[in-house]
Amino acid sequence: MSETPAKHFRLGLWLPLALFAAIVALVAWGLLHPPSRDIPSRFVGHPLPAFDLPAGSDDRPGLGTADFAGKPRLLNVFASWCIPCAAEAPQLEQLRAAGADIYGVAVRDQKADLAGFLARNGNPYARIGRDDRSVVQLAIGSSGVPETYVIDAQGVIRYQHIGDIRPEDVSLILGKLQEAAQ
Amino acid sequence: MKRLLMLLALVLAPLATATLRADDTMPPAPYAYRQLDDPRLEAKAQALMETIRCLTCQSQSIADSDASLAGDMRSQIRERIARGESPEAIRQWLIDRYGDYITYSPRVTSLTWPLFAAPLAILALAALLLRRRFVRGERA
Repeated sequence: MSETPAKHFRLGLWLPLALFAAIVALVAWGLLHPPSRDIPSRFVGHPLPAFDLPAGSDDRPGLGTADFAGKPRLLNVFASWCIPCAAEAPQLEQLRAAGADIYGVAVRDQKADLAGFLARNGNPYARIGRDDRSVVQLAIGSSGVPETYVIDAQGVIRYQHIGDIRPEDVSLILGKLQEAAQ
Repeated sequence: MKRLLMLLALVLAPLATATLRADDTMPPAPYAYRQLDDPRLEAKAQALMETIRCLTCQSQSIADSDASLAGDMRSQIRERIARGESPEAIRQWLIDRYGDYITYSPRVTSLTWPLFAAPLAILALAALLLRRRFVRGERA
């Protein structure tokens, strides 16, 4: 009988220390695993909103929602002023060579800047639309450049890739394109 | 020597980041930095913009941010409010695209209800404990 109060007392002594240790562990874990700053689009699974953008370059037509009919394609949101966009250019070229149809949405871009960018980095785009006020970018839930979307033959957004396409992402994106064809 | 090198690094660091920083040259959208003519509509737009998160500078609201995407969002919000759309409809439009993360004014959902219920529960518990204590005190 006399042991019980002693045990209670010990628990009261160690519990705050245990709580403190738990909080330290939680904070340490949070510091070592910072959350991703990517904001995924909630519009994946929805049909593309209606838009019709003027051409961003002289040798490619503009881009509208209707242009996505027929087969799955890639929609690349990019800009000439965006450095990772230049970094992903070889991967886009690789995707194009593998048979992917790539449509570009150039965000807040001047025609002359864009022409220089395409001359420097190559032009993998079948169509380029100018999104001067980020209207299409906002309408599909894109939060930055570059982002790449897989759009199926019905015009439904099937997949979103945030950030530049690295060499190791190419096969994944080709796989998502094939998936969208089924 | 070491000090001199450190000083040099401090001076040169902003130059290095300046060359890496990319920005567009497009002029801002029409209502990015211009208020609506009708002060009532502008107040509505301002109240909404202060509670929408900037996607580029993620701890600022689009009302506070000079990021070009935030400017485009402000312009779009002002234009839509001028067309008669309600601020809450525009907020919902943004939530449909970016999730709850885009709004600084939290909503009650199946996920967030404990945030709203917990303070009430704690208050009720505190009232109960205090009542017991006071009642005991009166008897003694």
